Amino acid sequence: MKILAVCGMGFGSSMMLKMTIEKILKEKGITADVETADFTTASSIYADFIFTNEEFAKQLEGGKVKVVSVKNIADLNEVRGALESVLNT
Amino acid sequence: MAFFEFLMNEILSIPAVLVGLMVFIGLVAQRAATTKVMSGTLKSIIGFLILGAGAGVIVGSLDSLGGIIDEAFHIQGVIPNNEAIVAIAQQMFGTETALIMGFGFIANILFARFTPWKYIFLTGHHTFFMAALLSAVLGTTGMDGATLVIVGSLLLGFFMVAMPALGQPFMRQVTGNDDIAIGHFGTFGYIAAGFIGKWFGNKSKSTEDIVISEKWSFLKDSLITTALTMIAIFIILAVLAGSDVVSNFSGDQNYIMFSIMQGIMFAAGLSIILLGVRMILNEIVPAFKGIADKLVPGAKPALDIPIVFPYAPTAVMIGFLFSFAGGLISMALLGVLSLPLIIPGLVPHFFTGAGAGVFGNATGGRIGAAAGGFVNGVLISFLPAFLLPVLGELGFANTTFGDSDFGVIGIIIGYIASLFN
Repeated sequence: MKILAVCGMGFGSSMMLKMTIEKILKEKGITADVETADFTTASSIYADFIFTNEEFAKQLEGGKVKVVSVKNIADLNEVRGALESVLNT
Repeated sequence: MAFFEFLMNEILSIPAVLVGLMVFIGLVAQRAATTKVMSGTLKSIIGFLILGAGAGVIVGSLDSLGGIIDEAFHIQGVIPNNEAIVAIAQQMFGTETALIMGFGFIANILFARFTPWKYIFLTGHHTFFMAALLSAVLGTTGMDGATLVIVGSLLLGFFMVAMPALGQPFMRQVTGNDDIAIGHFGTFGYIAAGFIGKWFGNKSKSTEDIVISEKWSFLKDSLITTALTMIAIFIILAVLAGSDVVSNFSGDQNYIMFSIMQGIMFAAGLSIILLGVRMILNEIVPAFKGIADKLVPGAKPALDIPIVFPYAPTAVMIGFLFSFAGGLISMALLGVLSLPLIIPGLVPHFFTGAGAGVFGNATGGRIGAAAGGFVNGVLISFLPAFLLPVLGELGFANTTFGDSDFGVIGIIIGYIASLFN
């Protein structure tokens, strides 16, 4: 499984989001690749899920990749909820 | 002894290897799997070399830009862009920057552990940029060797806790809690916006009651907006300078077509540099956070500015537009005053202008967001103009550090250091 964390530059808030996602994956015992990307290149990278903010999510939706929007990227509970909801579908 | 000399002269003198070594230590300290240690270390070294390649591309475009402005108007033209200046700086201060960044992380952990400022600064690219700024400013004052690295690392670690601490009273108003801090070296601009909003604005008239059309959201794609503005800047300059001046740079190519391609070239160089920065930081920041979490109980993460954007998306657009307007007006003033012409760069204005908008809105509603963004735009135009002299040789690169703290800190340290010489 590959998860892409996306922000404007691909190394600021997406990095924090990646760390939050990895922490949750670890506590759940799930192995997955989590990478960061900037908004411009995100749509050309293969992934199972894209995690990003609401604005970028609106623009990245519509492709084959399931896009998940997160408001507070440092909030473990919010990201955990979002991850659980996509993993269960 | 021969081995030690080989280590110092051949291995540790290569900045890319030094960065790789830091990542290696970080991953080993985290007890990462051997394959991860190998791939992470190698990736960071490749990333550092990519940075140099991107610098080459962007310098080509910047040399034409600076050259045209110089020949046509006889002033220095500078377009602030952190990524570009840091990539260029690596050719002069690569080793110092890598060492200051590494020891700066440690200094941050120590300051957070032993002072009331419990902030862990997780915006890795800004740590990297500040390390480069400190290397350049301290290096220009004549400091070198171990002294430069020790002073630079302590200063870096200090700013990594002090800036989030300064921003925190306003961050609490933005987020409504005390859980996260702002970890971005545009803090002076955000604080200024916060005060402006408080003094002149009205918190109850929030920007978030205004609806902005969806069609403007493409502006958040920073690579595209950078390409578009650079094309516009090049074309305007080319028309003002005339085809005779431009032909000194474009050769036989049509001067308008040349301008368009140079604008796109700048964006291409920026994209390469972004990839390099990403590959350097991908392992280093998580390793730093992992170690900091263990050593600093009750630490608060200080995060990159987009963390505040979801709290007021309309203020983001208003702050950005007014910051850019502030930049344009300031550019005209700088021209009149015969100071270096600071051309508003999209990346700094977008990220810090948006941040100032959100902070201004939190304390003073729509007036706060607009006025705060504008003041930020003026700050990040005038500060770089006065920063250039303290950067020494790096001050002639046609690009420079964009965000407010780089300007304030660079200027203060540069002038204090010059008092001792």
